[in-house]
Amino acid sequence: MDIGVCVKRVPMVGGKIAVTPDGQDVDTRLSGFTVSPHEECAVEEAVRLTERLGGTVTVLTLGPSEAADQLRDMLALGAGRAVLLETDGREWGPIATAAAIAAVARSRAESPDGPFDLLLFGNEAADTGDYQVPVRVAHLLGVPCATGIKHLEIDPGRARARREYRGREEVFDVPLPAVISVKEGINLPRYPSLPGRLRAKRAAIETLHPGWQGEGLRKEGLRVPAQEHQQAQLLGSGVEAVPALLRVLDELGVLP
Amino acid sequence: MTVLCLVERDGDGLADSSLRVLAFGRELAQSSGTGLSAAVFGPAALAPTGELGAHGVADAYVIDSPEFTAYAPVAWARALSGLATDTSATAVIAAGSDRGSELMAHLAAITGLPMAANCVSATAAAGGSCRLVRQRWAGSLLEDATLDAATALLTVAVEAVAARPAGVPAVPRVHAVEPALADGDTDIRAVESASRDTGVSLATARVVIGGGRGVGGPEGFAPLEELAGLLGAAVGVSRVVTSQGWRPHTQQVGQTGTRITPELYLACGISGAIQHMAGCLGAKHIVAINTDPGAPIISRAEYAVIGDLGQVIPALVAEIRKRHDQP
Repeated sequence: MDIGVCVKRVPMVGGKIAVTPDGQDVDTRLSGFTVSPHEECAVEEAVRLTERLGGTVTVLTLGPSEAADQLRDMLALGAGRAVLLETDGREWGPIATAAAIAAVARSRAESPDGPFDLLLFGNEAADTGDYQVPVRVAHLLGVPCATGIKHLEIDPGRARARREYRGREEVFDVPLPAVISVKEGINLPRYPSLPGRLRAKRAAIETLHPGWQGEGLRKEGLRVPAQEHQQAQLLGSGVEAVPALLRVLDELGVLP
Repeated sequence: MTVLCLVERDGDGLADSSLRVLAFGRELAQSSGTGLSAAVFGPAALAPTGELGAHGVADAYVIDSPEFTAYAPVAWARALSGLATDTSATAVIAAGSDRGSELMAHLAAITGLPMAANCVSATAAAGGSCRLVRQRWAGSLLEDATLDAATALLTVAVEAVAARPAGVPAVPRVHAVEPALADGDTDIRAVESASRDTGVSLATARVVIGGGRGVGGPEGFAPLEELAGLLGAAVGVSRVVTSQGWRPHTQQVGQTGTRITPELYLACGISGAIQHMAGCLGAKHIVAINTDPGAPIISRAEYAVIGDLGQVIPALVAEIRKRHDQP
């Protein structure tokens, strides 16, 4: 079972998010970078599948040269190979991103390694939330697609993929090869082991340089939305605040 | 020329998210001087035409096919693609729900058109382009953008757009549409769909009691559970709690968990990370209990108690019980 997993390098935002003075990017001077949460689960799912069924996990990312850090993080979780689609740092839209990923999948299919049996993605990236790269890749490759998956079983040649929809559970029976996007909660990702980290540090990263293309959707700028409440009204400290807290709950009409 | 909104039924009427999509679509239609139409899947007899008219829909396209035995995303997107062409749609708009996003992504892939996800507003601009504001980071940031496309494919961040009926209601013309599908379009479909009983639903709970890192461990949730039981509330948690395995992911509130819409969110021992707050944008009132007066949650909450939830919550539970026991 050969699985490709696509991840995206995104800023690690904590309690605050700020924008650069030119309004074009998230200010990352004080933050690190990570992959989107859904994608970490996609890598974990792929590693678990190959631990059970054999095969390899290849992680792919499209991003600046620094995105190699995120590939190494994923290698430390148990992925075997890594491919960096290196950009010049400009933001890529979903159409060009999907085309670059599909091109990698096609050339891999024609190589001695053979095709991916499964391409996993996160359901949506944490930053842009475009919701469309996996679906576009599936259409470009002419393979079936299921999105938002929270439970995945693999039988020979098929995937049984489950997700939630308005309090119901939907099941899709998907022939492989296929594209599947998953959501956090499908598993609980492991912590990287020390041997895993060491292996990841030394691992070779295959690097390609796809060309950037503009798209019909153009970002003009980013801004932080105005907030309604800037500072909470303090009700007090510790248990002494309980009567005031009780009054607030009463006013909101939520007490039994 | 029309602005085509994909709407969903909920019971006898339209889903609340669809009413919001129609309000969003009506603004765009008015700014571009075009009409508003709606696409709905299922039998024509069930089309909620009265409600569609009240929200300004002039043409209702009811898409049904003998091949639609179950939800099949590619087939549904193919049907929308044909309808968008036949109606010369300048925009196709759906809710930014899981299903709406999935359908629009397939429509975008089928047509090769760009798609803008999670929009909060859209107006027509010169030269047929569309000026948009859309969410990034699940609403923690806004992006101003321009979309140039023959047909604008948009999903709506429904929690950020209010539903409101049209000033001038319409009487929709109803058109039955039998779509032309391609081979294999229904291969991927929901082969099973079963309802699951999950107790008080986090997404729709009127009160949510939240627990974060400050709860300290799995056993620290007992007082929060007790309070939730008293108030008929659901328990929600932050991402750190599910990453640690203290609580199942189904209880996570946040960008990668559940979006909540309660009257009251009581956030206990939660710092208020962007990831978490993105799931609370729909909460009407937020009250925070935290030991750290500098925690980001304090600047997002309406009321705050500075203190240890391990002391405050049991004291609150005791007070509520005392009140309740009094005649």
